[in-house]
Parts: sequence; C-alpha cells; structure tokens
Amino acid sequence: MSTCNGDDPRIHDIKTKIRVVPDFPKPGIMFQDITTLLLDPKAFKDTIDLFVERYKSKNISVVAGVEARGFIFGPPIALAIGAKFVPLRKPKKLPGKVISEEYVLEYGRDCLEMHVGAVEPGEHALVVDDLIATGGTLCAAMNLLDICSALFSSFTRVIFVSSEHRTCWCRSS
Amino acid sequence: MYPLARCSAAPRVGGAFRFQVESSRAFPSRGKNSPRVVAVTTTHAWSAHLTLNLPHSFIPSSRPHTPACVGAGGDLDTSSKMAFESEAPQDDRIARIASTIRVIPDFPKPGIIFQDITTMLLDPKAFKDTIDLFVERYSGKGISVVAGIEARGFIFGPPIALAIGAKFVPLRKPGKLPGKVISEEYSLEYGTDIMEMHVGAVEAGERGIIIDDLIATGGTLSAAIKLLERVEAEVVECACVIELPELKGRERLGGKPLFVLIKSA
Repeated sequence: MSTCNGDDPRIHDIKTKIRVVPDFPKPGIMFQDITTLLLDPKAFKDTIDLFVERYKSKNISVVAGVEARGFIFGPPIALAIGAKFVPLRKPKKLPGKVISEEYVLEYGRDCLEMHVGAVEPGEHALVVDDLIATGGTLCAAMNLLDICSALFSSFTRVIFVSSEHRTCWCRSS
Repeated sequence: MYPLARCSAAPRVGGAFRFQVESSRAFPSRGKNSPRVVAVTTTHAWSAHLTLNLPHSFIPSSRPHTPACVGAGGDLDTSSKMAFESEAPQDDRIARIASTIRVIPDFPKPGIIFQDITTMLLDPKAFKDTIDLFVERYSGKGISVVAGIEARGFIFGPPIALAIGAKFVPLRKPGKLPGKVISEEYSLEYGTDIMEMHVGAVEAGERGIIIDDLIATGGTLSAAIKLLERVEAEVVECACVIELPELKGRERLGGKPLFVLIKSA
C-alpha cells in the first residue's frame, strides 16, 4: 500500500475544500462532500494533477469510473494520460450488452454493470471513485475488470475515510 | 465496437449541412442497414452572446459563418470552398467523433433509438477532440460556472471546466446532494422528475454554461436553466454533444442558445 506524499502542499489545500455534512444520507453518517472541492478550480485541478502525475507513465489504457462521482474524476485523468474512460453504472443505465456484478450494501444488495467489449484482456486498468468506505463498490468494480481479465493496476480514491485525517490515498493491488 | 461510418457530404453554404452516415455494422435487432442522416454544425459559429458585456441580442459576427464540411463533393462556390478548407481540421474532428457514437435501437424501450456516447469515450482521441471543441468555444468568455447534468453531463462537464478555469457544479437527482439544495421539478413523458443544485454553488451574476451528452425534448436542460436563473446567474449557453432536432428541444430552452456538435435524425 502507498499513499501520496502528505507533504505535498497541494494536498493540504484539497483537504480544506472538502465539506463534511453530518447525518447524511442518514443519522450518524458524516458525509464527505467533494462538491465544494469542485467549486475551487485550482484545488480541483491539483486533485487531478496528483493522480495524473502518479499514473501517466504506468501504461494504463483504461480508467474506469464508478457512477456517479467517479464520472467527475475519472474522465479528466483518462484524458490526461491518454486512456479510454469506461463508466461503471447502476443497473439498466448502459445500453447494449453488459456484464454485471452484485455487491452487498449495509441493507440489501446493489449491482454494478460494465459494457461488454469496453475492456480487453491484458489491458492495464485504473478504477476511480471519490471515496472508499467499506470497499464493496470498488470490489465489485475490480471483479468486473477481472471478468475481462484486465490487469488490475490500481484503485484510486480522492478520500480515504478516516476519523483522524483525510488524505489522498492510492493503493496498488 | 462502433458502427463503421462512411460519409458522403452534400454541403450547403450558410449554416449546418447534412451528410449521411451509413452504419455497415448493423445491430441484429435493427434489421437491414438504414442510413442515418446526421447534420454537423459549424464549429466556428461565433456568437456575440458568448462575449462579455455585450447585449444579449445577436450582433452579426465579424467572421463569416462557414459550414462544417467533411469529404469532397457538393456544389461549393470558390469562396465557400476556401473557407471550407480552412475549417477542415475541426470538421474532420466532428465527423470522426460522430463515427464513434454507437446507435442502440429499442433502448431504453421499444421505438427509441439510443445514442450511446460510451463508445466515443473508448477512443481517447475522439473524447479529447470532443472536449477541445467545447473548450475552444468557451475559453476566454468569462464563463465561471460549468453545470453538468447527472450522470453523463458529469463526464463532459469537468474536463471542460478544468480547461477553462471554471468551477464544476453537478446538477443531480433528488436526495443525492448533501446539505442545502434548491429543487426544480420537470416533466417526463410519463410523470415528473426533480433536479437539484447546491445552495451557494453558483452566485448571482456568474456566467455559466450547462452541459449534457444529448438534448432530446429539452425538459432536463430547461430545468437546469431554471435552477441557475433562480440564483440569478446568467446562462450563456447550453452545450451538448448530440441533438435530436425532431424532438424540438431547442425550442424549449426559454430562448437560451444551444450549441451541439452533432445533430441526429
């Protein structure tokens, strides 16, 4: 496991732009709201730059973004590193042939889908979302890519939920 | 993955022209190949409303409006042809982008021909060209807000916002945005839906554009315009990759301008 350099001055500014909203979506949850980060063009750009600097030389040809906030961070990274962008979506949103992966929620189950043919065997893939909590969604994403026999390079998240601090957290599988 | 496209241009001077894109790789349920007429709008239809501090009524551009033409043929006069040649690099981009968009019949329900932009996202050059076309139009125009409509507007809006130095504001389905929001109800074919925006995301007097992948009936974009106008922002333009002109969405934008790269019949 690795983290971004916490001494990078950009990270401090990014942290300060993320808003915490208590009791959303339900009582007891402290919601990490990245939309306030998006209102600061410099902080948003720095966020993308940090990921691009990490991944641009890693032969990544696929950036997969988890609906919906992964759609905000994934495409700019994909564009900057010259990779294709693959949306991973809730059921019945993607037209045509899809593969599906079910995953467990706190109460009940949900499903993530990806287009057949979007990712080819042997491609190096990066999965992007704004936040990891329990990891259920990202595990489903990883499984979808495994089904396509993609070489799973990395997870990328903007935020790792921690009670002590928020960091830009990246992990190599 | 994409329908193979062959373009034969029949350009006409002065505005959008139409060329036929024939899909030679038909989806099984589509039956025999049928040509799909696609009109490509000019990329250089510079309009005064994009400029800061000018009155909203249209002022004739100092640059000639030229059709976006791809391929040879057609009865162009010399002056138009010369203009066409200077436009060719941008026009080639649009034709190529159009060729990467996949058409899915009977989705999400029978009778609907779905324009699938995900295949364009699989082509880094086409995706980059799409973003560049919008960025070229909106850079340096004092746009401080790019609002994107959930969810496919989230794919195109942020890269545009980053490139032009604007903030990105997500417009979302109900219950997704935390904190204080304003809501706008809009009509669907059956029933209604709601779009929400954060309170405080956009300030009065800001100049904004609204992004989505496609305009059909215009209901969603109309709701988005209302949200921004309720906080006294100026909606400079709506921008989409694709327009379905037969559904007349353009007429439902309260007079707001609409810019699209591709018109699809």
